Amino acid sequence: MGKKELSPINAGSMADIAFLLLIFFLITTTMDVDTGLQRRLPRLPDEDQQEETSDKIKERNVFVVLINKHDELLVENKPMDIHQLRQNAREFIANPNNVENLPEKEIKELPFFGSVYITKNPVISLRNDRGTSYGMYLRVQNELVAAKQELRDEISILQFGEKFKDLTEDQSDAVKHYYPSVLSEAEPKNIGGK
Amino acid sequence: MSRFSKRGKKSTGQINTASLPDIVFMLLFFFMTTTVMREVNLMITVKVPDATEARKLEKKSLVSYIYIGQPLRSFQQMFGTEPRIQLNDQFRDVADIQDFIAQERDAMDENDRNKMTVSLKIDSDTRMGTVIDVKQSLRRAQALKISYSARKVDEL
Repeated sequence: MGKKELSPINAGSMADIAFLLLIFFLITTTMDVDTGLQRRLPRLPDEDQQEETSDKIKERNVFVVLINKHDELLVENKPMDIHQLRQNAREFIANPNNVENLPEKEIKELPFFGSVYITKNPVISLRNDRGTSYGMYLRVQNELVAAKQELRDEISILQFGEKFKDLTEDQSDAVKHYYPSVLSEAEPKNIGGK
Repeated sequence: MSRFSKRGKKSTGQINTASLPDIVFMLLFFFMTTTVMREVNLMITVKVPDATEARKLEKKSLVSYIYIGQPLRSFQQMFGTEPRIQLNDQFRDVADIQDFIAQERDAMDENDRNKMTVSLKIDSDTRMGTVIDVKQSLRRAQALKISYSARKVDEL
C-alpha cells in the first residue's frame, strides 16, 4: 500500500530548468582574466633627496630611452627602430663584452652561482612626451621587460636547466640578483603639449 | 539481419535521464561560482594594447580598476571625444583619484591593504599626458603597485 505512493516524481523538467539557469550564467559570465604588465611606481621623493640620487648614477650606467610625440624612439641619443630595442637593451643589461660605454661590471658573490662578473647597477630610464601614445609607451615597456626576462631565462636554463618562472624561490632570488629589475619609471617632466 | 533488428529493438528502451539534472546542475554550480558579474558599466571604449610579457593578475579582490578612454558615442555629446577617466560608474577627473584610492583601500581587509594593486585599463590611443597625471596622483595616494592592463599575445 505504502509502496504505491512512492512512485517517482517526474524529474524530466528538472533538467530543463537547470539548463535554463545554466544558459543564463553562461551568457552573463565574463571570464576575462585580467592580464597586464605589473610595475611598481617609485615613491614620491622628498625635494632634497632627489638631487642627491641623480648625481650618483654615472652616465654609462644609464640607458636612456626617449619617446617623442610622433612615437619615435631616441635611445642613447640615437634614433632607433622598436625592433632593435630589445637586443640593445639586452646588451646594455648584461654587457657581455665589457664595453667601455656600457655599464660597469663587478665581481659579486651570489648563492648558486658563486662569484660572478656582472654589471653593477644598470638603470634603464624611460621618458616620454605628453603626446606619446599609450600604445607605444607600453610597447616599449614590453620590450624592455622582455629583454630582462630573456636574460633571466637564459641564465636560469644554463644554471638550473629550467626557465625562470619554474625556479624555486631561492633560485629565482639569485637570478634576480644576477639580472636585477632595472627599469625606472623616471620622474616625469612635462615636455610637450598634447 | 534478423539478429541486427532484434538488437535494435531491445535498445530503444528509454534512456535513463535521471542523472541529467545532476550533470547540468554541476555545470551550473561551476559557472555560478566562477562568474564575476561585471561591476561597472563601461562608458568609454577601452582597447588595451597587446604585450608579450603580460602576466595574470592574482586575487581579483585586491585589484581596483581605473579606466581611461574615449567616451562612448552616446556620451560624446556631453563629455566630448577627449579621453576621460572612469572610476566605478562615473566620469571623473585626475583630482578624484586620490579619494577613489582611499575609498577602495578602506573597503579592503586591513591585512590586504598593502597588497592593493591598481589595474590601469587604458585605451592604446590615449596620450601619455593623461596617463602621467594619473600615475602621479597614484603616487601621491601611495598606491604604488600598478598593472598596465594589456592583452597577452605570443608575438607582437
